[in-house]
Amino acid sequence: MHLLTAEKLAVFRGERLVLNGISFGLKAGGFLLLRGANGAGKSTLLRALAGLTPLAAGALLWDGLPVERYSHAERVAWLGHNDAVKAALTAAEHVPVAALAAVGLERFADISVRLLSAGQKRRLAIARVVASGRMLWLLDEPTTGLDAASVARFGALCAAHRAGGGMIAASTHTPLDATDAQELSL
Amino acid sequence: MKALILRDLKLSLRQGADSAAALVFFLIAGSLFAFAVGPAPAVLARIAAGVVWVCALLAALLPLDRVFGPDFEDGTLDLLLLSGLPAYEVALAKTAVHWLTSGLPLLLVAPLLAIMLRLPDGQMLVLLAGLLPGTMIFSLLGTFSAAVTLGARRASVLMPVITLPLMIPALIFGSSVAGSPHPAAAFYMLGAIFAAALPLAPLGAGLALQAAAE
Repeated sequence: MHLLTAEKLAVFRGERLVLNGISFGLKAGGFLLLRGANGAGKSTLLRALAGLTPLAAGALLWDGLPVERYSHAERVAWLGHNDAVKAALTAAEHVPVAALAAVGLERFADISVRLLSAGQKRRLAIARVVASGRMLWLLDEPTTGLDAASVARFGALCAAHRAGGGMIAASTHTPLDATDAQELSL
Repeated sequence: MKALILRDLKLSLRQGADSAAALVFFLIAGSLFAFAVGPAPAVLARIAAGVVWVCALLAALLPLDRVFGPDFEDGTLDLLLLSGLPAYEVALAKTAVHWLTSGLPLLLVAPLLAIMLRLPDGQMLVLLAGLLPGTMIFSLLGTFSAAVTLGARRASVLMPVITLPLMIPALIFGSSVAGSPHPAAAFYMLGAIFAAALPLAPLGAGLALQAAAE
């Protein structure tokens, strides 16, 4: 039984029909890997799956029922291509300290985010996704700027999330060694 | 929603220059009138309430591009809309922060400007009583127009063009609260504007935020 089902999604971005006839199903614990060239609509599909961008046609179903904006928002953990971290706050003011350890940032808990590197900011954003406890992770190029050790740690976090029944949809250019991931080419 | 207000308050306290700039602008712009109109007490006393109101309105416009702008640029707006809070509550929280960081401090320094402009004795309390809902109306309508112009090119030009006509009724009734011998009628009108803006402005702003995040 698929938990998240997309039926013939069509999405406009401005005046342009970016996605048309996109269908897939995702089981609990599933991993959807979005592939495609720049501008193919990977980010747009993720925004549509989050409920941020309205569907021009088609249906998005959760457990067989059409998704409703606010109840769906509470299932979604979002990692956009921007990190959405505030330079004036410390790392610990973004996520609980316990979650920082999962991405190896516990030593930087009380440091202003202004002083973190791009990769560390990305890890902070990932920590927020992990700490959210939400069911569906929507990740836009999650590994951008991460070093090899962090990518491996991120892979382990994803595996743990899926083992707990969580689902992930991610766009990526770098190969992620996710077991039995469904690939969707756009 | 409380957590969002607290986080934004913390942010604006750490970047205190923005709120301070609006206050300094309020005092400087107000005191310029004394130089331009001349120091005659009778003239100043007659225009004092109006000057305070106009300067309060302009000072409320100054920080508007910071209300949603940074959140829109760095992707925080997406997270806010996915936080499970309805969009109008996000807008209402932003409005509250705008008022707490610009309206409330302005109320505290307004007596200073009013004394400087020789506002007649006995009008001070009436002026402040009018400014209390007045600054709240400015925050509500200002946040609304900040949301509507989010992502638009030349938003900083568009914003006052949209906001000012909406704020003019509050300005008319607000400034006549202090000057008039019968302030009650104008005060009730001000209250009516506030009562209308309180639900409508955040609703409109919330819809605009969702449209901006598409």
